[in-house]
Amino acid sequence: MNKIVRNLILIAAVIAFIIFAQNTIEPYDLRIINNIAIFLILALSYNLINGVTGQFSLEPNGFIAIGAYFTAIMLIPTETKVDMYALVDPAPVILQMHSSFLVAIITGGIAASFIALLLSIPVFRVRGDYLAIVTLGFGFIIRIFAINNPEYTNGALGLNDIPQTANLYWTGGIALVAFIVMIHIIYSKFGRAMKSVRDDEDAATAMGINTFKMKTYAFMTSAFFEGVGGGLLASYLSTITPDQFSFLLTFQLLIIIVLGGLGSMSGTLVATILVMGGMEMLRFLDEEINIFGLHFDAHPGMRMVVFSILLIVMMLFARKGLLGDRELSDIFKRKKSR
Amino acid sequence: MSSFLKVDNVTMQFGGVTAIDSLSFEVQKGQIYGLIGPNGAGKTTIFNIITGNLHPTKGRILLNGEDITGTKPNKVVYKGIARTFQNIRLFKSMSVLDNILIGFDARAKYSYFEAILRLPRYFKYERELKEKAYELMEIFGISQFADYFATELSYGNQRKVEIARALATNPKLLLLDEPAAGMNPNETADLSEIIHKIKRDFDLTILLIEHDMKFVNAMCDSVTVLDYGEKIFEGKPADAIVNEKVVTAYLGDFTHA
Amino acid sequence: MTLQIFLQQLVNGASLGSMYALIAIGYTMVYGVLRLINFAHGDIMMVGAFLTYFALEASMPFELSVLVGIAGAIIIGILTDKIAYKPLRSAPKISLLITAIGISFFLENLFTVLFGSTPKPFHAPEYLTKIFQIHGIYLPISVIIIPIVTVAILAGVLWILFKTKQGIAIRALAFDIETVKLMGVNADKIIMIVFAMGSALAALGGVFYAISYPSIDPLMGIIVGLKAFAAAVLGGIGSVTGAVLGGFILGFTEIFVVAMFPDLGGYKDAFAFFFLILVLLFKPTGLMGQDLERGRF
Repeated sequence: MNKIVRNLILIAAVIAFIIFAQNTIEPYDLRIINNIAIFLILALSYNLINGVTGQFSLEPNGFIAIGAYFTAIMLIPTETKVDMYALVDPAPVILQMHSSFLVAIITGGIAASFIALLLSIPVFRVRGDYLAIVTLGFGFIIRIFAINNPEYTNGALGLNDIPQTANLYWTGGIALVAFIVMIHIIYSKFGRAMKSVRDDEDAATAMGINTFKMKTYAFMTSAFFEGVGGGLLASYLSTITPDQFSFLLTFQLLIIIVLGGLGSMSGTLVATILVMGGMEMLRFLDEEINIFGLHFDAHPGMRMVVFSILLIVMMLFARKGLLGDRELSDIFKRKKSR
Repeated sequence: MSSFLKVDNVTMQFGGVTAIDSLSFEVQKGQIYGLIGPNGAGKTTIFNIITGNLHPTKGRILLNGEDITGTKPNKVVYKGIARTFQNIRLFKSMSVLDNILIGFDARAKYSYFEAILRLPRYFKYERELKEKAYELMEIFGISQFADYFATELSYGNQRKVEIARALATNPKLLLLDEPAAGMNPNETADLSEIIHKIKRDFDLTILLIEHDMKFVNAMCDSVTVLDYGEKIFEGKPADAIVNEKVVTAYLGDFTHA
Repeated sequence: MTLQIFLQQLVNGASLGSMYALIAIGYTMVYGVLRLINFAHGDIMMVGAFLTYFALEASMPFELSVLVGIAGAIIIGILTDKIAYKPLRSAPKISLLITAIGISFFLENLFTVLFGSTPKPFHAPEYLTKIFQIHGIYLPISVIIIPIVTVAILAGVLWILFKTKQGIAIRALAFDIETVKLMGVNADKIIMIVFAMGSALAALGGVFYAISYPSIDPLMGIIVGLKAFAAAVLGGIGSVTGAVLGGFILGFTEIFVVAMFPDLGGYKDAFAFFFLILVLLFKPTGLMGQDLERGRF
């Protein structure tokens, strides 16, 4: 029973931190914490399909975009939409879509999840690595659709004046929920089945596991939270454009889950903080530098060079990341049992 | 007496190569039946046909009179067939307990949402199946390794985990692909004992592939000998050893090796 | 559509298809021997185009510049394999795929940092860009030359694959790497040849791209690479002739669909993706592919 008590205390502590941070921390620092919370939601769900189930996907940016657009369209008031859609008049359905914040982000999640289902059918029917290329392609396609359908998305101009409902109560609260959901999945027959698919697909099948179904469950769950995270991002930033959801977003998340350990949710938590913090600290690399009288021009992309080298080096020399595929609690448990 | 497993005139071709040629044999309920023959004789191919991993070019597989040819591998399990692999294939990143629970999981009747929300049925089935998993591990004498990673165990114990995992699916027919391969004489003796015991306790019919004639002789009630996809002998293992064709096939194999 | 326009588009399609075919071969060969989607392949093409561009800027003759681009791409291709893929041959597949995407992202960003993200104009020699006309068809000469050169080179590639010892080893490797190793073939050498051939063809594809558009940028390899991969899957991954066929089908489709339905012009880059989905749904082995997953037990 003391495990339950421990978990309740942890949850209470997180909630206390969220309330404390939202009310006392300066806006600049609070922005970083919000960013971490949103990226945590995204990375945790990305780890479910990539790490736990072992299906290499490059999905996030596409699903985040879907969630962000749905949420934005449902939150922006009708009058604002009429003014904002500059290229063509908005489609009637766009004007009708309106809801509360919670319904909006959940709708975004469900929409992303539904697309994931549609992609699952062609991709998971064949064994192999098509998921990666199909999801990579999907990230580009979604941008093409956003640009070419201005009556829905306002084209390349994007959407702005999205009501800024998302604060740390929302981002932190949903991150907490996402974490609990992922842990609950992992420590259930579904999590075991997903891991078995990762370890040995033939043996999993021989145990009666429907591997197609397990991959699809993982992929849809992942997409749902990417969509919700996208909705939070849209509301938090209050403006979105198609270019914002580039592959860069997916790449950041990939770094996080590799650093934390593919399959480890607590590792993802630690890595999200490290990588998001690192991104902030390395921001100077992209800007111009004046040091000891020497002048270096601004090099946008320099940070990404550093991060891609980091990713390659990690894969070559520290493939397991911080925690491998284990959770912090597993490590303590194993110490005791020995 | 009607047979429990009937391999009926099965032919398997890959491209132009015939791996199995019009093979038929029948396994009676409660038998330990051996499928033997030199390397490349097509033994594992037959396993893969029975478990639905391969679709035969011709012929049928009957289980208890029901045609199960072409049933998907994961569905075959629910028909009551479980298997082990030639080169042990455990789930490497999972504990021994979790490996075995995978076998039981089909009996855990809770949904994805019940798992996420931790509703009562989740706890009920997890508790029940964990108890069953421990009982099963006791039978194999591996319960002290429950929290170990499967790969941390000795080869002999890994083989036991694999058989226990297969048993957890509640099979009626157990397919063992070279269970004694890579084991020392002590481990082999231990294994034969366990196979006999589980056969009795779980009311099993066992079809096993073996290379080692001595092991087959000690284990099997009846054998079929394959060579280049064709049946060259069927009968008692003791008779197989003195059969001229069988001896030639094996000697041929040795000289090539 | 008049006959003139039809013929004009046919030649355009062949030219575009040539480019996809050249790049698709690298994907399909690497997948054949390593079962790896080499995400960096599109970027190797970009590297080839950039090096050609720099050689031209250094007033080298065009033909020599192309050779410089090809040589550079071969070196980068082989280095990628040696440094990033080879140490992971026995690692889980996902590690290899992650490394590949890392290399891809690295090359894209490195070139952005070094040379900026604005497209650079690519000046092909006049004999390629000159417009000629017959019977009311207006075309730049390059559009005719590209498919001809491509077909000649493809014939050479097929000859290598089917008639030389190395080529036969490459094809054998695609079926069973372990057995081939046992037969005394130096698998690492063969894999190196595969990367060299694939990179050389990709660089050539990159030069053709640069001539046709006519500009280059560090991210040019992403979408073209994606399309070429789709072409390889369409043709049947692992099959070189299939990759060529897939490349041309994709090239013709893009040109003709846009010619017939101009409204779909904005979705031009999405066709390959739908091809990919359709192939996976209805014929996962592609038009000419074999089932490479067989015999896993």
